[in-house]
Amino acid sequence: MIFLDHLINGLSLGSIYAIIALGYTMVYGIAKMLNFAHGDVIMIGAYIAFCGLQYWGIPPVLAILLAMVFCTLLGVTIEGFAYRPLRQATSLAVLITAIGMSYLLQNIALMIWGANPKSFPTTFINGSNIRIGQLNISSATLITIVANIVIMVTLTLFTSKTKLGKAMRCVSEDRGAAELMGINVNRTISLTFAIGSALAAVAGVLLCSSYPILQPTTGSMPGIKAFTAAVFGGIGSIPGAMLGGILLGVIEIFGKAYISTELGDAIVFAVLIIVLLVKPAGLLGKPMREKV
Amino acid sequence: MKKLIALLLALALTLTVCAALAEEPVVLKIAHIGPTTGAAALYGLATQHGAEIAVDEINAAGGKYQIELITEDDEHNVEKVINAYNAALDAGAQMILGSTTSKPCEAAGAQGYVDRVFFLTPSASSTAVIEDKDNVFQVCFTDPNQGSASAQYIADHKLGTKIAVIYNNADVYSTGIRDTFVEKAAEMGLEIVSEETFTDETTDFTVQVGKAQEAGAEIVFLPMYYTPASLILKTASDKNYKPIFFGVDGMDGILSVEGFDTSLAEGVMLLTPFVATSEDEKVKSFVAKYQEKFNETPIQFAADAYDGIYILIAAAEKAGITAEMAPEEACDLLIAAMKEIQVEGLTGSMTWDESGAVTKTPMAATIVNGVYVFED
Amino acid sequence: MTKAKRKRLIYNLVTYALVIAAYIILQNMIGAKTISRSLKGLLVPICAWIIMAVSLNLVIGFSGELSLGHAGFMSIGAYTGAIISGWLMAAFDMQDPTLRLVLAIAGGGIVAGIFGVLIGIPVLRLRGDYLAIVTLAFGEIIRNLVNVLYVGTADGQLHFAFLNKKLPADVTMLVDGAKGAVKIKPISTFTVGFVLVMITLIVVLNLVNSRAGRAIQATRDNRIAAESMGVSVTKYKMMAFVTAAVLAGMAGALYGLNSSTVVPTQFTFNQSINVLVFVVLGGLGNVLGSVISATFLTVLPEVLREFADYRMLVYAVVLILVMIFTNNPLIRSVFGRAVAPVKGLFRGKKNSVSGGEA
Repeated sequence: MIFLDHLINGLSLGSIYAIIALGYTMVYGIAKMLNFAHGDVIMIGAYIAFCGLQYWGIPPVLAILLAMVFCTLLGVTIEGFAYRPLRQATSLAVLITAIGMSYLLQNIALMIWGANPKSFPTTFINGSNIRIGQLNISSATLITIVANIVIMVTLTLFTSKTKLGKAMRCVSEDRGAAELMGINVNRTISLTFAIGSALAAVAGVLLCSSYPILQPTTGSMPGIKAFTAAVFGGIGSIPGAMLGGILLGVIEIFGKAYISTELGDAIVFAVLIIVLLVKPAGLLGKPMREKV
Repeated sequence: MKKLIALLLALALTLTVCAALAEEPVVLKIAHIGPTTGAAALYGLATQHGAEIAVDEINAAGGKYQIELITEDDEHNVEKVINAYNAALDAGAQMILGSTTSKPCEAAGAQGYVDRVFFLTPSASSTAVIEDKDNVFQVCFTDPNQGSASAQYIADHKLGTKIAVIYNNADVYSTGIRDTFVEKAAEMGLEIVSEETFTDETTDFTVQVGKAQEAGAEIVFLPMYYTPASLILKTASDKNYKPIFFGVDGMDGILSVEGFDTSLAEGVMLLTPFVATSEDEKVKSFVAKYQEKFNETPIQFAADAYDGIYILIAAAEKAGITAEMAPEEACDLLIAAMKEIQVEGLTGSMTWDESGAVTKTPMAATIVNGVYVFED
Repeated sequence: MTKAKRKRLIYNLVTYALVIAAYIILQNMIGAKTISRSLKGLLVPICAWIIMAVSLNLVIGFSGELSLGHAGFMSIGAYTGAIISGWLMAAFDMQDPTLRLVLAIAGGGIVAGIFGVLIGIPVLRLRGDYLAIVTLAFGEIIRNLVNVLYVGTADGQLHFAFLNKKLPADVTMLVDGAKGAVKIKPISTFTVGFVLVMITLIVVLNLVNSRAGRAIQATRDNRIAAESMGVSVTKYKMMAFVTAAVLAGMAGALYGLNSSTVVPTQFTFNQSINVLVFVVLGGLGNVLGSVISATFLTVLPEVLREFADYRMLVYAVVLILVMIFTNNPLIRSVFGRAVAPVKGLFRGKKNSVSGGEA
C-alpha cells in the first residue's frame, strides 16, 4: 500500500514536471533556445491566480483563465522584446538573456507581492479525498494527473492535425524551408511561446494546489527539474517531455522514500546522467545528424 | 523657616543649573544587518522594522540617546554579510544589531571579533554565533536551548512518548535544535520513532509525513520555520494524520501567512517568548504601532529586534558610550556592560553572561481557534 | 614577428600589466590606509572570481562547451582547503599561515582536478545542451553530497563520515554537514590572491597560444574537421576541462580560507550562472575581458548598495539590455562603426565568438 501511495505521489509530482517540461521542449524545438525564464512565468501565473482567488474573489475557473491569459501575453511580450532581437545570436547569448529575464521576473514579483510566502488557497480544488482501502488520494493529485493527460492529448492532436500545429512542426524542423513555404515564422514562434506560457500558468496553479507555498522563488527549482526532465525525455519531443516529466517525478519520490530524503535531488540528477550516457539524445530524442 | 527657604532656593538653583548644563543628546550610530532581499527577506525585514519601531520611540521620547539607524543587506549570504559589515563600518556604525540569520552572523561575528566590533543579534540562534568569541551577544535563545527545552516540556506535560522528528538538513538552525532535542528526549525516556530530513528547496513532504504516520508517532516535532511547517500540516491533513505538532520559535508567523487555512494549525504547540496576541500592555502597544506603520502583524523576529535596540541603549548607558567613540573602543565597554544589565523586554526578562547567551524563560503556546494561547 | 603574433603579445602584456598595476595601487592604498573597509574586504573575493571567470572562459570560450556546474569545483576546492588547513594545524601544529594557505590551495586544486577528470570522462562524450545539463546535474550532485559530509580531526587523524554523523566523541569538526566548513581560521591574503591570479593568467594565456591551445580551439570551431585532421577531440577537451577544474579548485580554497565558515548554499547553480555571466559579458575567449567583468560585477552590487531594494532588478535589466545591445546585428553595426579603432586591439579574440557553436 505504501508503495502505491508513493507511486501516486510520484505520478502527481511528475505530471507537474511534465506540463512545465512541455513548455520548455516546445520552445526549444522551435526557437532552439532554453527559456530559463519559463519557471518564473509559472510563478507569475500562480500569483495572478492567487490574487484572483484571494483578493478579487472571482470563481476558480475564471481565476485560472485570467492567469493563462496574463501569462500568454507575458510570454509573447518577453519573446518579442528580449528573444527576437537575438535570433541571430549565439545560443549562449540567448541563454544569458533568458537568465536575466528570469531574475527580472523574480524581482518584479518580489516588488509587487513582497517576500512573505503566501499560502495558495486550495479550498476550491478540495473535494473529498478519495480513499481506496488505506490509500489516500487528494483531489489536487487527481486533478493534476488528469490535467496532464488532457493537455498531452490536446497538444498532440494540435500539432498533428491543425494547420498552425503543423506550421510549428515545420519551423522546428527547418526554419528556412518553412519560410520559403510561406509560413510566417515570427508568428509561429510567438504562438509557441503563447501556448507554452499558457501551460505554465496551468502548471503554476497545479503546483501551488499540491504544494501551497507561493513566493518569488517558487518557480525556480521546479523549473530546473522540469528542464532536466525535458532533456531526459529528449528535448524537442512532446511525448518525450511527458515521459521525462513523469519518470523524473516518480524517481524523485521513490529515491527519497527508499534511499534517502537528503539525497533525493542527487539521485534524480544521477539517473539523468546515467540515461544520457546510454542514450545521449534523451529517451525519445532524435540523435542529431551532423552534415560534414 | 529660614533654613527651609534656603534649602528650597538651593534646590531650585541646582535644578536650573542642571537644566542649563543639560547635555545634548548623544547620537549613537547603530547598524542593522540582515537579509532584506532574497529568500530570507521576510526575517531581515522583520528585524529591521522591529528595530525601526524602537528607534522611532526612543528618538521621539527625547532623553539621553538618539539613534541613527544604518541598514545594510546581507542577502542571507556568508560572503555578502562581510561586505554589508564593512559598508556599515564605513558609514560610521559603532555597534551592530545583527545579523538576523545564524550562518551570516557566525561569519560576520568572527570578523567583528578580529576587528573588535560589538554585535547584538536579535535572532541568530546557533551556538556557533557566540562560540570562541566574546563580542557577540544574543537576544534570542540558542538552538540547543530550544531543543532540550522542548523535549523537557513534552516529557513534563506527558504529551506522548512516540515522537517523530522532521527537520531541515541544510539549515543550521533546524539541525542545531534537532541535535539537542534528540539527546534530551533520550534522557527523558521519550522514543523517537521516525526521523526524516528535507532541504531548503523541498516542497513535497509526502514521504517524510508518510513515514511518521507509518511509525505511529503521536507527536511530530518540527524544528523549522513556518513555511515548510505549513506544507507539512497540509500534507498531514491530506493523509488524515492527526498527531500533536510541536514547533519552536520559527513556527511563529504561521497564522499570518496570507491565504493560510488556520484550521490546519489547530492544536499546534510551540515554544516561543513572544506572541502578538498577548494581553501584555507593552506587547499590545508594539503590535499596534507595527501594524499601523507596516500593515502587518509582527512576528517574533521583530519583537527580538525591538528588544535589541532597547538592550543596546541600556548597555550604552551603562558603559557611557559617546557619539565620537570608535567601534573598537565601544566594543570592550559594551561587553563589560552587558554582563551587568537586566532588561525587561517584549520577549521576557533578560540577563547575560560572558558567553553571550541570554537567560530568559521559554514559554509554550498552543494555537486554538486560530489564535495563540499561552500555556501555564 | 607577424602582425597577429604581435597583437597577441601586446594583448597578453596589457593583461599582465593591468593586473600588476592594480595590485601595486591597491597595496599602496592599503599601506596608506586610504582604502575603504568595503573595498579591502572585497580584494580576495575579487581574485577568486577572476580566476573562476578565466577558468570558465577556458571551457566555454576556448573549448566551446557550456559548463553550468563550475561552482561545484569551487566548492570542492573550498572544502578541501578548509580541511587541509584545519588538519595541518591540529595534527602538525603548523602555525605559519602562508604555508598552510599555499598547501591548502595546492590541495584544493589537486582534488578538484581529480574530480574534473572523473566528471569529464562521462560529460565530454555528450554534445551541446545535453552536456550543459549534465554539468548542471553534477554541480547539484556535488552540492547534495557535501551537505551530508562530516569531517573531523582527532589525535592528528582525519575522520570521515557520510549521511550519519558517526565520529569519535572528542573530534574537532572541520566540516559539519549542512553547517558547512566550520571554525576556519581565515588566512587568505590579497598578495597570495594576486599571485594566484597571475599564475592563472600565465597558465591560460600560454595554453591558449600554444599548439595544444590551437587544437582546443579547433575542436570548438569544427569538431568533425578537427577529428579528421587527427586532433584527438576528447583529449583536448579534457585538457581544457581539467585545467579549468584545477584553477577553480584553487580559487575555491582561496575563497574558503578567507572566511570563518563556508556553506554548501554558496555554491548553487545560481553561483555557476553568476560566473557564466562574468564570462559572457567579458567576451567569450577574451581573457582580459573576463578579468575586467569579474572585477566590475563583484564590485557593482556593493556600489549599488543604497539601492538595495532595486539592485537585483537593475542588475537584471542591465544584463538583458547589454546582451541585446552586444548581440543584435543591427545595433552592433551602429555601435561597431563608432568604436572600431579601440576594438582593433581585441578583434582577434572577439572574432572567435561567431565560430563558437557547439
